[in-house]
Parts: sequence; C-alpha cells; structure tokens
Amino acid sequence: MSVVFGHFIEDLPRNTEFLLLGFSPSSLPIKQRWRNNGLSADFLADYMTTFFPSESAHKHADIKSTVSFIANELLENAMKYSEESGTRTISLGLHLFDDKFIFIASNPIAQSAVPAFQDYIKELLSNDPYELYVQRLEANSQCDTQTQSGLGYLTMINDYNALLGWKFEELADNSAIALVSTMVQVSL
Amino acid sequence: MVMSNLAMSEVKGEDYRVWYDSSASTINCEGSLRLGGSEEYAPIVQLLEGAIASPPIDLLLNLTDLEFLNSSGINMLSKFVIKARQKDGVKITVRGSEAIPWQGKSLKNLQRLMPALVLEIV
Repeated sequence: MSVVFGHFIEDLPRNTEFLLLGFSPSSLPIKQRWRNNGLSADFLADYMTTFFPSESAHKHADIKSTVSFIANELLENAMKYSEESGTRTISLGLHLFDDKFIFIASNPIAQSAVPAFQDYIKELLSNDPYELYVQRLEANSQCDTQTQSGLGYLTMINDYNALLGWKFEELADNSAIALVSTMVQVSL
Repeated sequence: MVMSNLAMSEVKGEDYRVWYDSSASTINCEGSLRLGGSEEYAPIVQLLEGAIASPPIDLLLNLTDLEFLNSSGINMLSKFVIKARQKDGVKITVRGSEAIPWQGKSLKNLQRLMPALVLEIV
C-alpha cells in the first residue's frame, strides 16, 4: 500500500537524462559518510551544467547553486532519518526535463516515525510556507530535529519556488520499516 | 595571548572558516558550511553571540566568501538575527555577494526577521 502527499509524479518517464546515486549502509554506516553529501551534491550540480552549453556563466552558477542546495538537503535528510538497522539502499535521483529538474530521494524510515512525518507534511502543505517558516524560527525549538528538516523543505519552497511531494510505501517483507520518497521539482 | 584570543574568535573546519575581527566589528564566514545540525553549529553560534554580548555594536556579517550554507546553517543565522533584534544597541549589516546565487535567494529572509537589518549584496 502507498500514500502520496503534495506534488508527486508516479512513473516518471525514463527517456530523459538522469543520474541515480545509491548509498548502501553495508559498505559504510550511513552516519559516517556525512561529508559525501556535499561531494555528491556538488557533483550532481556540476554534471548538470553540461546540458546548458549556451547559457551564461551567471545562469550556470544559478543552476549549480540550486542543484547543489537541494541535493544536499535531500541527502542530509535521507541520511539523518534513515532507519539505522536497515540494509536498504538510500538513493538520490536527478532527472533533467526541458523546463525543470526533478529530484527523488528514497530512504527507509521506521514505521513508528511515519505518523509524525506525515503530520508535518500536512501542516507544510496547508499553510503559507513563509508564515510557517517564521513561526518555526520564532518558536525557537532548536532541539526538535523534525523542525530542522522542515526548515530545509520550507527553504526549497520559499527561496527556490520548488514543488514538493512525498510517497510512503509499506514493505512486504518488513512491517517495521516504510520506504519514503521525496520529490522536489524546480523550474529552469 | 594573541593565540588564545584568536582561538576564541575563530571556528574552522575542513571546508570553512568563521572568525571575528573585533577591531573591525566584523564576522567573516568563508567556504562551505554544511554541518549536521544545531549541535555542530554551537561553536559558531557562540562566536556570533559573543560578538553582540556587550552592546552598543554595529556588527558586519561578511558572507561574501561563503559559497555554500545548508538549511541548518540558515537556521543558525536566522536565530542569531532574532536574538540580535531582541537586544538594544545592536545593529547588524549583512554583506553578501552577487556572484553567489544562494545569497540573493535566502539572505532577504534575515531582513524580514529584523527589519532594521541592512542587507548589502555587492
């Protein structure tokens, strides 16, 4: 069974340029590879500028900055909130379309963490994102990790005009773990 | 003496450096800041808050060489600005660079949090 929130496109066409990075917890514990988030995000960003040969240096810098920020946030979240004992791979895909980039990050999370995450998503989708951002900051709840990831999503929406969507899937072989995919769409 | 003073007013890592130049009332940030969360940002928060501990001060936050800042870092700066806003005698100028696109997108939020904050994108 799966549940979708926000702007989530199922069955993304595969006849476009895309890159897919996979991170397996069996090769190195996920939490010990924090520095790879930045390396991966910068690589994706640099790689994608190849497809805009006629654009100005200014536009290249803008594309790089956008891809790098969003990819880094998605990886940080995926690494932070992944179910630790899991053997499932975390992935980050970046798909290039004529008018936009679509990012998809997938990671396993504990089934017990799903309700709070979904509540936050509902709050995010039903409120003015800038008001919510200020509210969260002013509340000064810096110890709440869910709040922190929430600010990452809100920054994507407010500062990068991104559309966000999520898909939660139950796993047939493990009822304690769910798979969450986060989709971020940004216009070019 | 100079060394210990420097140690207290500088935080650096593999890819970044943040330091307070008290003679110029300037905090400089350079490199890429993508630390894991509020705990890891704590030393930088300490440095920022130390700079506004004895107002009056007209502080310059120089970000012109800060290539990258993750959302935890944006969160840290936002909370610092809220703290500065609550103190009498603290003026803040944030200087960003036109050549670094995230700054044009995200720094304006600091001004919304503290309307008296001066934002210069140079």
